[in-house]
Amino acid sequence: MKWSEFFVTGEPLIYAADVAIVLTIIGIVFVLTYFKKWKWLWDEWLTTVDHKKIGIMYIICAVLMLFRGGVDALLMRAQLTAPNMKFLDAQHYNEIFTTHGTIMILFMAMPFIIGLMNVVVPLQIGARDVAYPYLNALSFWLFFFGAMLFNISFVIGGSPDAGWTAYFPLASNEFSPGVGNNYYAVALQISGIGTLMTGINFLVTILKMRAPGMTLMRMPMFTWTVLITCVIIIFAFPVLTVALALMTFDRLFDTQFFTMANGGMSMLWANLFWIWGHPEVYIVILPSFGIFSEIVSTFARKRLFGYKAMVGSIVGIAFLSFIVWVHHFFTMGAGPAVNSFFSITTMAIAIPTGVKVFNWLFTLRKGKIRFTTAMLWALAFIPNFVIGGVTGVMLAMAAADYQYHNSYFLIAHFHYVLIAGTVFACFAGLHYWYPKMFGHLLNERLGKWTFWLFMIGFNVCFFPMYFLGLMGMTRRMYTYSAGLGWTPLNVVATIGAALMGIGFIVLCYNIYYSARYGERDMTGDPWDGRTLEWATASPPAHYNFPITPEVTDLDAYWVMKKNGNGLEVKEEQLKPIHMPSNSGRPFLISIAFFFAGFGLVFKWFTLAIIAAIFIILGLILRSFDDDDGYYISVDEIKRTERLARKGA
Amino acid sequence: MGANNHHESFPWKHVVGFVLSLVLTFAALWVALSSGLTAKAIIGVIVIFAIIQASLQLFMFMHMTESDSGKIQTINMAYAFFIAIVVVAGSVWTMSFVL
Ligand code: HEM
Ligand SMILES: [Cu+2]
Repeated sequence: MKWSEFFVTGEPLIYAADVAIVLTIIGIVFVLTYFKKWKWLWDEWLTTVDHKKIGIMYIICAVLMLFRGGVDALLMRAQLTAPNMKFLDAQHYNEIFTTHGTIMILFMAMPFIIGLMNVVVPLQIGARDVAYPYLNALSFWLFFFGAMLFNISFVIGGSPDAGWTAYFPLASNEFSPGVGNNYYAVALQISGIGTLMTGINFLVTILKMRAPGMTLMRMPMFTWTVLITCVIIIFAFPVLTVALALMTFDRLFDTQFFTMANGGMSMLWANLFWIWGHPEVYIVILPSFGIFSEIVSTFARKRLFGYKAMVGSIVGIAFLSFIVWVHHFFTMGAGPAVNSFFSITTMAIAIPTGVKVFNWLFTLRKGKIRFTTAMLWALAFIPNFVIGGVTGVMLAMAAADYQYHNSYFLIAHFHYVLIAGTVFACFAGLHYWYPKMFGHLLNERLGKWTFWLFMIGFNVCFFPMYFLGLMGMTRRMYTYSAGLGWTPLNVVATIGAALMGIGFIVLCYNIYYSARYGERDMTGDPWDGRTLEWATASPPAHYNFPITPEVTDLDAYWVMKKNGNGLEVKEEQLKPIHMPSNSGRPFLISIAFFFAGFGLVFKWFTLAIIAAIFIILGLILRSFDDDDGYYISVDEIKRTERLARKGA
Repeated sequence: MGANNHHESFPWKHVVGFVLSLVLTFAALWVALSSGLTAKAIIGVIVIFAIIQASLQLFMFMHMTESDSGKIQTINMAYAFFIAIVVVAGSVWTMSFVL
């Protein structure tokens, strides 16, 4: 391969990106060296197995990916603002919508949610870490290097360009030569392994590590949703693993699983993709439901209405989420029996979802509502998400879907559920748990600016798309002619997108501003919270709880506060605390994964094999590792706790 | 947790499980080799035998229901079977129009 093919050339935008990447790397290296932070980076972050720090790293990556995916989105909106624009050509547009979709779902929404669950779940159940802290670090680094591998594609080798769904035969070697779709197959595989391990880790954590007295039906709602999400991850991700492996074989070794010739079945890819893909959208929405449940009940100062019905409906949604996937390809031609069956199961999902909506509304009813930023996101979520859900039910009618399918109507539907559901939840959760993560609050005034800009921008951007869809505009078209009458609504949509971009910038400024001037959280309980994470200091000590709390009821911390017991730390009860040791191996193994992946993408098999040997070496070393962790002495716990209380 | 934790004097469960497993294995062998059934029928019968034997082992040897997380294990396994059937049978059914 020639160097001119290795690096992507010929586009001014790409050259600008090259320069920006090089400058950023130089900048980071310079800052770390100048402030002598390399050792700090290694000791405190790269080798950490602390669930709180891993969670924070997930969230930082997610925000960076939100930026990358957001830039992609703005480029697409710029191109579509007016008819016959020459800003992006067809190929470049294809690449951008592909990376936008893939990054937003897999490298933004998933890690944001997983980051929040890392920070919050062990605290909510009164645990000191997750069940497998080492594995947790490995999960994070696999996700991270998978994401990096995917992200470099646009400057090295070329981006994937067959959509985030990568349908065959388009994604085959025949129609997509070049390495772009190899990146898709390999990078998703690497980060997918990380996600699968996260699912196992949190399932075991929640089932096995709850504080004494916390029965399943006393778990906070967020923890419940994470538990069910883990079940979905464990059962759905293997399907993606297998499908991606077959895709990789097709692309690298010329097997014929999904090709048109030699008995391949291209439509089987769509089938396998959506067997994973539909559960996947519930993986990102269920924890969001959990976040909103926590926030609504905290800021309405009421116990969640219909807790049992809530649990029942998430279990129901998890069950149904596996038997609806065909609604993504009603038009493929499966015939009336298949389409009718999946049409009905899909509509049935609206029932448990509706139950949840009514439960939130009844929780709000007669509550003493505090309109914090987090609460605003939660309140806005309800009507916006309902719009997405109702249009979902419209799409679910197979016969009608022949009209809506792959039009902007569909685009509007899934952005209404994914943005008003998952993204609002991520922002809400970020504001809500920010003091727990960093010890200071995000500024409320700036937070509300972000909220209004983003929420209004979102509606201005996506509501017109329902009508564009009905007017015949199909997804993934890179330009359109003036006579179609789509121009005004497209202009409106672009204005909305710009507002969302401004909202995001205000959020970033808020993070900077609050770090410098933000209100410090001395109490550990800034919102008068109800669940156990608020019983710890902000940020919590490394070991979370000096003494494992005893749980007697739902809303454990609220009950403790009301009865005034179980709150203070009795020093004579302290015992040494066992904690896991840090390890650099997850980071190093994941680097090996990165190079193995890179080798596969370019079919440089020597590189891939050498890197694979390092991976196996890492696994072998791990199995001879007899580091059982260490104990924190009672003296040290006393010192930490006194210091934390002096702050209070 | 070993079998010793049980307060039985003689491990009846294990013996019964073992004998039944042997019977099912040989029965399957006989059906496949010398029953003279059609290929389709043979596959049907041995699949049924396999399912019976797998569940036998789960209950008799692997004590699926007996540990303190027995309920969760059972639900988990039932759900796994359900998903496996949905994925395989569902795919075959959905894709049958191209087959
Ligand atoms: C009441 C609940 C829902 C119903 C009935 C529903 C129904 C549907 C249907 C029928 C389609 C396919 C339409 C077509 O391709 O023509 C679809 C697409 C989609 N839905 Fe939903 N949906 C619901 C909720 C959700 C949720 C909660 C999410 C995610 C958080 C979601 C994300 C998506 C995505 C990402 C797509 C399109 C993917 C693509 O083709 O690229 N949906 N939905
Ligand atoms: Cu779906």
